[in-house]
Amino acid sequence: MASPKISLHGVTKSFGPKKVLQGIDLEIAAGESMVVIGGSGTGKSVLLKCILGLLEPNTGSIQIDGEETTDLANHDRARIMRKFGMLFQGGALFDSLRVWENVAFGPIQSDGMPIDQAREVAIAKLGAVGLGREIGELYPSELSGGMQKRVALARAIAREPEIIFFDEPTTGLDPIMADVINDLIVKCVSDLGATAISITHDMASARKIGHRVGMLHEGKLIWQGPVAEIDHSGNAHVDQFIHGRAEGPIRMQVRKL
Amino acid sequence: MSIPLLTILGRMTLAFLEAIGSVSAFAFHAIRQAVRPPWYRQQILRQIMEIGYYSLPVVGLTAIFTGMVLALQSYTGFARFSAESAIPNVVVVSLTRELGPVLAGLMVAGRVGAAMAAEIGTMRVTEQIDALTTLSTDPFKYLVVPRLIAGIVTLPVLVLVADIIGILGGFLVGVYKLDFNDAAYLRNTLDFLQFQDVFSGLVKASVFGFLITLMGCYHGYTSKGGAQGVGMATTNAVVSASILILTFNYFITEAFFAR
Repeated sequence: MASPKISLHGVTKSFGPKKVLQGIDLEIAAGESMVVIGGSGTGKSVLLKCILGLLEPNTGSIQIDGEETTDLANHDRARIMRKFGMLFQGGALFDSLRVWENVAFGPIQSDGMPIDQAREVAIAKLGAVGLGREIGELYPSELSGGMQKRVALARAIAREPEIIFFDEPTTGLDPIMADVINDLIVKCVSDLGATAISITHDMASARKIGHRVGMLHEGKLIWQGPVAEIDHSGNAHVDQFIHGRAEGPIRMQVRKL
Repeated sequence: MSIPLLTILGRMTLAFLEAIGSVSAFAFHAIRQAVRPPWYRQQILRQIMEIGYYSLPVVGLTAIFTGMVLALQSYTGFARFSAESAIPNVVVVSLTRELGPVLAGLMVAGRVGAAMAAEIGTMRVTEQIDALTTLSTDPFKYLVVPRLIAGIVTLPVLVLVADIIGILGGFLVGVYKLDFNDAAYLRNTLDFLQFQDVFSGLVKASVFGFLITLMGCYHGYTSKGGAQGVGMATTNAVVSASILILTFNYFITEAFFAR
């Protein structure tokens, strides 16, 4: 494997006594799309936030293009952030800004692009996710959930990032809209030649957008391999998860009625 | 029985000290960011409009009725000692030194501090603040610094307007209800007023502007959970800002006027 785009070694993260990540080792090559699956509360979002620098890991190393990022100063962090785009689970659109202003936010505020030029870039990116120019004049609260996800995707790709993260991209969408979003993700990542990490519960989504899949359970990456091998992983936890069975080694912590 | 009580007291003290440390660190970081570029001018102007222009009606109403009541109450007291002529002096000094800045501060804390905590708190729980970071924009510089600058700059202007409207309220009651001569009322007001009276009020206003926006931003920025967390942040922002306004008012007064 060539020098990895993203490399994690022994990453741990705890919140008080709760150990969320317990020694994550992961390498992702440039242009690869990695999907991390796992139940709720297994640390998937925390893993993404640690790589992004939104959370600081307790121990371990996180490297982007071979550069250690866990102890970066603010200006170096800003430089590294330029490589990232992120699609948040709830969209995280700025509700006080119009749709085109949301998409143009990064180019204007961070890259200093003139407003007229950024507006054209925003409209082009909205077009790339199947939204017309007129949608750009609306506010996020005037859009459906599926359209908000598309706008969030347009914002994530507006600065043409080298690395894109997708946090539960299809959660809360109907199956048809979920498939539309999956197709858009595949197209956008492919067009940009970006490296992608997605976290999801949705196996249809995982199979469609991922080259490789890893399963996170109790803060550990218990299996990883090509997406084609997921049905023959030989791992009981993975089998239970991908088939959505209540019975198996993964026990949901629920009280008896 | 005494041990649990001591334990509770100890925990409360530690929590209080932790809160002071946390707010101080937040304020220090905000000030450090405020003196370094880039500055988001559009955001600063927007916040100046929010804090100043949109607070004018509520602050103006508070000021005019306070000035009117002050004149009326002073009259009922001073008439006993035949000291009615001191009413313009009492009105102008009370308003410029104390009531103008304190009441404007409290009204703005209720209106603006709550709105700031709610807006930033909602941005926190909906991951909009994380989104800012992923777009290479420092949330402190984009959200906190413009509000602090706008608060520090705008409150003195608002208080100056409140002073003038409050004095006008006292004048109206003095002239039209208490039968003062209008020229004499104004002459008394202007003769007694000193630069330090107005200046101390404006310094207080600036400090209150900082405290209100700091508390609004701090509680919003650190809010957790969903709607309940945002609601709690809003309440805490208003309560803490109000208490700090009253506390700092005493110390600034002492700094200016204690002998």
